[in-house]
Amino acid sequence: MAALTLEGTPKTPTVSFDDATGLLELKGRSIPENSIEFYKPLIDWVDRYARDPRPKTVLHVQLEYFNTSSSKCILDVFKKLEMVRVTGNEVTVHWHYEQDDEDMLEAGEDYRAIINIPFKMIQIEEVDGQK
Amino acid sequence: MIDRVFDLYDELEKQRIMLSFKGGLSPELITALLGIVERKLDVIEPDGRMRKRVFNVAMECLQNLYLHNTRPGSENATEPQGVIMIAHGEQGWTVLTGNFMSTAEVSALKAHLDRVNGCEPEQLRDLYKATLNDGRFGPAGGGGLGLIDIARKSGRKLEYGFVPLDGSNAFFSLNVNVTA
Repeated sequence: MAALTLEGTPKTPTVSFDDATGLLELKGRSIPENSIEFYKPLIDWVDRYARDPRPKTVLHVQLEYFNTSSSKCILDVFKKLEMVRVTGNEVTVHWHYEQDDEDMLEAGEDYRAIINIPFKMIQIEEVDGQK
Repeated sequence: MIDRVFDLYDELEKQRIMLSFKGGLSPELITALLGIVERKLDVIEPDGRMRKRVFNVAMECLQNLYLHNTRPGSENATEPQGVIMIAHGEQGWTVLTGNFMSTAEVSALKAHLDRVNGCEPEQLRDLYKATLNDGRFGPAGGGGLGLIDIARKSGRKLEYGFVPLDGSNAFFSLNVNVTA
């Protein structure tokens, strides 16, 4: 399989999923009108990756904004990632949030409550988003 | 009409309207409107958390207008029609929206709004998590999360109203207060 790379836009995040290193990144903004269309290739990629993953996988989520259209799609990415653990491999989600953004921290905690993957909450200065 | 332009301007100024838009919405236009909202908030609103909340609410409200808003039977129904106003108040911000909807869907929307309004903040968070994980996708993916998220970001009860227009259509208005 090949790495999945998508450049960010004002409404969609930068995507960098690398099967060679097990490093997955989702950065920027996720506020498209229709998220299902945008996330389908991401979910499919993780689905394929989970069949033959690296021993260690880290997903970095560093979003400045995401809309509720994206919420369930992001949950689906996490659910596909849970499969990586089933086969005894290590997976961690690094959830980045800006220091004054309690709402984004809460959003990460909400996912952590649902998903059976260790989450690491990482406070940062400012998300490097698309303006 | 010409002599009313100043009155209109004056009224918008008095009401401290930061953005006012009525008409058809496209994804491109939503991007442009959100760009204006973001730039203006950067200048006017010093509190970063408030800026984000107002932007979030405006974003979800515009998305709602875009998705749930066609006026059945109207001739120019190619684009969703709606109205949005964002005003700066004494204690925060107000995001007002209005859109047409089918009368048949009014009771379900009202029940959803009443359920959201009946929740305390922690219950609202639980409702959000339950809805997030219910496996049901709406046409755009959100599947019932929009108003719950708006209520969470607002921290206040959602004010709403329905105006019956004829047998099959109604006008839905939503007033979201975002206060510190």
